[in-house]
Amino acid sequence: MKPVYLDNNATTRVDPEVVSAMLPFFSEQFGNPSSIHSFGASVGAAVKTARGQLQALLGTAHDHEIIYTSGGTEADNTAILSALESLPDRNEIVTSKVEHPAVLSLCQHLEKTGRAKVHYIGVDSLGRIDIEAYRAALSDKVALVTLMWANNETGTIFPIEGLADLAKEHGALFHTDAVQAVGKVPISLKDSSIDMLSLSGHKLHAPKGIGALYVKRGARFKPLLRGGHQERGRRAGTENTPAIIGLGKAAELALAHMSEEQTRVKALRDRLEGGLLQRIPNCFVNGDLHDRLPNTCNIAFEYVEGEGILLHLTRAGIAASSGSACTSGSLEPSHVLRAMNIPFTAAHGSIRFSLSRDNVDEDVDRVLETMPGILEKLRALSPFWTGDDKGGKEFKPVYA
Amino acid sequence: MWDYTDKVKDYFFNPKNAGVLNEANAVGEVGAIACGDALKLMLSVDPESEVILEAKFQTFGCGSAIASSSALTEIIIGKTLDEALKITNQDIADFLGGLPPEKMHCSVMGYEALQSAVANYRGEVWKDDHEEGELVCKCFGVDAGLIERAIKMNKLTTVEQITDYTKAGGGCLTCFDKLEEILSNANAEMVAEGLLAEHEAYRVGAADPKKLKEKAQAAKAQAAQAPQPQPQQTLTQISPLAPMSPLPPPSAGMTNLQKIRMIEEIIEELRPHLKKDGGDCELVDVDGSNVLVKLSGACVGCQLSSVTLSGIQERLMAKLGFPVRVVPVGRNAH
Repeated sequence: MKPVYLDNNATTRVDPEVVSAMLPFFSEQFGNPSSIHSFGASVGAAVKTARGQLQALLGTAHDHEIIYTSGGTEADNTAILSALESLPDRNEIVTSKVEHPAVLSLCQHLEKTGRAKVHYIGVDSLGRIDIEAYRAALSDKVALVTLMWANNETGTIFPIEGLADLAKEHGALFHTDAVQAVGKVPISLKDSSIDMLSLSGHKLHAPKGIGALYVKRGARFKPLLRGGHQERGRRAGTENTPAIIGLGKAAELALAHMSEEQTRVKALRDRLEGGLLQRIPNCFVNGDLHDRLPNTCNIAFEYVEGEGILLHLTRAGIAASSGSACTSGSLEPSHVLRAMNIPFTAAHGSIRFSLSRDNVDEDVDRVLETMPGILEKLRALSPFWTGDDKGGKEFKPVYA
Repeated sequence: MWDYTDKVKDYFFNPKNAGVLNEANAVGEVGAIACGDALKLMLSVDPESEVILEAKFQTFGCGSAIASSSALTEIIIGKTLDEALKITNQDIADFLGGLPPEKMHCSVMGYEALQSAVANYRGEVWKDDHEEGELVCKCFGVDAGLIERAIKMNKLTTVEQITDYTKAGGGCLTCFDKLEEILSNANAEMVAEGLLAEHEAYRVGAADPKKLKEKAQAAKAQAAQAPQPQPQQTLTQISPLAPMSPLPPPSAGMTNLQKIRMIEEIIEELRPHLKKDGGDCELVDVDGSNVLVKLSGACVGCQLSSVTLSGIQERLMAKLGFPVRVVPVGRNAH
């Protein structure tokens, strides 16, 4: 049976059109864009075209606001370290508790090494940012606000433009990790207060190992990687040209398919979500139902552990992911679900289905046919399950 | 995902002895939903012979937790209680063809449930663990007794292993110091009993789990007060959103534009000399005190280009009256 891939927030299939666009840049057009000779010149022009395609997707105003990076993580690291270095008389960072590790780990490291004071803004049970706490954290000591556009686990969208305006009132730089948002929701940066934005190629049908950092013209910036003068001295290192061309093509396709994300993909997601909630007792959606990525569905199934669900799904040829502890190698469930205060009875059994334009109706049908049986089987094994939808059974270990 | 053996997968997908045993006369319950795994072991024990006639389980947990529980029931059915008590968590893991190190706590959970069920049958309470009773890891509710048993039964010698086998220290890790103490004491006892070679024993603060220590310190730092602000570097006014100035304040009474024009002029003067030797040089940008130039022709890759560059540099400094650095660009084609 054809496998069903519903883990597109982890990575996406490279679009065949992207692959064909890339191929010549491995062989015939292998030149180094920094070279003066004709081998380099034609590649340089293609890299420039790709930049234009990316700028169109992001709605930027000027050329050269895009810096190619090795991916979202490098873009996030560059933005954060650049801000601290650019504003030496400010040493505070404002971020949230639900950021991707690419932001959180660096912030914790900066805090530990005494290079910055970090405010971690909390979220409510739907994953929405605590605006009052955010306002309170802003001051003229803040060098950078870094907040994600959309959450990778729940799909919850932060009101980024407004949050950026607030940051600007205090003279702070504003960065957003938009790795999950780019290509799924319309973005227009030119009239926004957003100074920097990170994106990753492999989340939008481009290959892995390529990403970009948008830096608004005029925003203070210091490079992370020093060396050659590629990217106008803002990111040294010979350009990954095939991947850059691929990213450009993927951006063009994402723009063309934007309305499909909002209509067909969203309809598939809604049918999947509605179908699961209807067929399976004791489960609920994690995230903000009103402001959420159109492709993401995160459901907590109570009284079971996520890894068991994933193992059964894998055997049935369905790929999804889990916020459970056991799958990640850590012993605690996802930091996002914990920040949202999702009860432990549910957090361990949370499963994320993330769709893309590659998915079709049959994929949703397969999940809807498969999941009820899996849940029935695992709940029968669970000491907490009572066999009806009245909720959990009390479990009193004599020894724990 | 995890590299489970076929036997683990088989016992997960087709668990034997799963479900409720209504006629159970020995029940052991361990774990908690908050911790991510819990096991209820139900036994039917023949009062005469103390042989385990039937065993069933219910488990909330990952694939290996379910497989370990099922394996445990298979191992103990038909054994007497005394025989069953001799089974270690390693026996459970071995029965399954091994478990990933991070999942060894699943086998420990099975061991603990069995001990608890036998104690329940005999009307005893698991006093010994609560006597010294100290709760060490608050995140996962693990006490000193369990940790010590796991260390001794499995010859554990690192804090990381304690986490793999018992989950203790898998959360905030504020209990790191305590874990170290328990580990070094237990190892010392094992050395004394001849169960462990002296050089293998863990000593407090001794060795490896640098990673864990770092994590513990991070947790402590988070709890502690905010770090001191960095000393302020300059007294220049910061206007963050203003465009970054491409040049430092003009030196020697020159405006930026004047400076750039002057640099341009000097380079133009030099070009004929370079061209004579088959090379060329053009001004690309001025970035602070760095003058970016592009060398072409014979200058590119020339071993002596540094001589040329320093020649240009000297000339510039002489004319401008302040220090600059000439930096070649466009030579990145490696």
